[in-house]
Amino acid sequence: MMHATSNQFRANANAGLANPTLQSALAKMKVGFPTKRAEAVAKLPEFDALRDRARDIKNHVLENIDWYLERFEQRVTEAGGHVHWARTPEEARQIVLDICQRLGARSVTKGKSMIAEEIGLNAYLESHAIEPVETDLGEYIIQLRNEAPSHIIAPAVHLTKDAIEADFRRAHTHLDARRDLTEPQTLVAEARGILRQRYFQADVGITGANFLIAETGSSVIVTNEGNGDLTQLLPKAHVVLASLEKIVPTLEDASAILRVLGRSATGQEMSVYTTFSTGPRRPGDLDGPGEYHVVLLDNGRSALLGTEFQEILRCIRCGACMNHCPVYGAVGGHAYGWVYPGPMGAVLTPSLIGVENAKPLPNASTFCGKCESVCPMRIPLPKMMRHYRAREWQRDLTPRGARIGLGIWAWFAKRPPLYHFMASTAMAALGWLGRKHGSFFNLPLAGGWTATREFPAPQGKTFQELWWEKQRAKGRS
Amino acid sequence: MSDARTQILAGIRASLKRDALPQDRVAALETRLAGRPRGPIPARSAGLDRAGLVDLFDRQARSVACTVTRVATRADVPAALAAYLKSQNLPAEVEMSPDPDLDHIPWSAMPLLRIARGKPSGAEGVGVTSALAAVAETATLMIASGPTSPATMNFLPDTHVVVLPAARVVGPLEDAWDRLRATRDGALVAAAMPRTVNLVTGPSRTGDIEQKIEMGAHGPRRLHVIVVEDDGDV
Ligand code: SF4
Repeated sequence: MMHATSNQFRANANAGLANPTLQSALAKMKVGFPTKRAEAVAKLPEFDALRDRARDIKNHVLENIDWYLERFEQRVTEAGGHVHWARTPEEARQIVLDICQRLGARSVTKGKSMIAEEIGLNAYLESHAIEPVETDLGEYIIQLRNEAPSHIIAPAVHLTKDAIEADFRRAHTHLDARRDLTEPQTLVAEARGILRQRYFQADVGITGANFLIAETGSSVIVTNEGNGDLTQLLPKAHVVLASLEKIVPTLEDASAILRVLGRSATGQEMSVYTTFSTGPRRPGDLDGPGEYHVVLLDNGRSALLGTEFQEILRCIRCGACMNHCPVYGAVGGHAYGWVYPGPMGAVLTPSLIGVENAKPLPNASTFCGKCESVCPMRIPLPKMMRHYRAREWQRDLTPRGARIGLGIWAWFAKRPPLYHFMASTAMAALGWLGRKHGSFFNLPLAGGWTATREFPAPQGKTFQELWWEKQRAKGRS
Repeated sequence: MSDARTQILAGIRASLKRDALPQDRVAALETRLAGRPRGPIPARSAGLDRAGLVDLFDRQARSVACTVTRVATRADVPAALAAYLKSQNLPAEVEMSPDPDLDHIPWSAMPLLRIARGKPSGAEGVGVTSALAAVAETATLMIASGPTSPATMNFLPDTHVVVLPAARVVGPLEDAWDRLRATRDGALVAAAMPRTVNLVTGPSRTGDIEQKIEMGAHGPRRLHVIVVEDDGDV
């Protein structure tokens, strides 16, 4: 499994905040993605009805997932393909390696796959003298840099054009050193030319899956570049890496969810290429892979069923929650320290690698609720982060300072008159102290808050006072 | 790996606090699979006649950087293709799927157009295919692989030209699946489901460098559709 540094979230986050390149990339992202999504949503009056539908489809699947997986396996087999079940990353890697070695593979091309990241596939193949070649442009760039993706749909979103140009000059030494690479178009063309050859050389093509279809035994990928298609069509074998919860019943169910996927991810009504792959090439076909394999990875997901975290299994990896998250937008994806960043990562990472290995993540939130409000699958991400906080508390993983502070707060909170008095006194004091700027740049005992953002100066009344005023007003009307 | 399979299925059932599904639940799931219930279908394509669907397809296609020419009959297709190639400064030379749909077109009307039928050579020229259906809702072309339709033709050429009979333009994606099912006698299982079904919505692009959209990342940098308004019911 990919090594996790999620427990160093604070240090990672500070590094991100101090990195000017990252900050300028994030500034662009924070405007670009949300604007495109909002425009696409405005053009589809049925968007919210489709979100409900998408949620209901996945809920139905999760209640019956064993049956749908078995039906999927049956359909894949009837179409001449193979399904392999893997409990752990180790088992999944071994299955892929066995296929590659049986075919005498020396190089494999790869479409974008978060599961491949999750199981640490590239390093494993390399250690067995098989060269993995990432073909998604963003993934190709970060492979050249030996980095992890910083975003689930835009892996190189943290990089500038100049950094990428420098990487290309370093890696593509067979090309003319004086070539002009100032325009993004020339960088795209250069990568295209290099990867074209790699598609034809590869022995095995590995892709992820956005959906698995029980009705037909198909796997589905959604891309804009077309790399996943050349990856699966040209080599001897197509290997699909998918986690269990990618399954949906029918082509109609996939069609409904596709309507919210592209819009939520990039603001596209449909991504450019949505490809349904079923089995190996058929007799008489002019192209296509000779073998078709699906590796079904569990890695802790089945244990989330029936728990308060089951709903994260509805996630379709659109990235909207991170695109709209103020924490992600401030610190970037690498701060989260493992495969999945942003709000969905803050829930999924502790679920998959253990909360003790990802203690800070459920706290990497301002609980502003934006993630849940944009999630096409209506996943209650803040609620689940709160569940982890509660668990953390019970298991005594919360740092001592925070425990003492919260302990004092709890003591007062249980004594309403006293709490009220203390709160209004404190509010008045803070309001007075902050009256010049309207906010605090530095607040004793809350350094963790004010180091990276301002604490608004209270406007005079406590929440309780406002609440009672409101109640009284209601009573009168 | 059979014990991984057994253990995963057992783990799922333990988490859901039940055994394998009982008969009545299985019957309900079979009914749902066979019934293929649709979700909410966007109203934008509802109630349109053929001309309305083609108009919607045309509009949507332009919004995804695809170009469209509409011709009256299949006899007009060769000249429309030649004119398109000229407008893009491309040589009068194409690779073309050996698709019987394209056999009906009188290509000999353009004797200067060089046509290579078969699978694509890998040279980054112009590839011509047909499409099984086109979804007006999003300007999405459905192209299924088969002995006369190599899927690589949709990806290897630098320019992809699709000849589309107007009768194949449908409203939502769900109608395109029904068209595919109709060509395959119903259920899309085993060999009835083509190895590859490509849904193509515009030309290839990437936003991976500073989120600036660049065309032609790996697949075709241009996608051109020639709609044949009156082509019978092919
Ligand atoms: S949690 Fe929701 S918004 Fe975030 S990636 Fe998953 S589906 Fe998209």
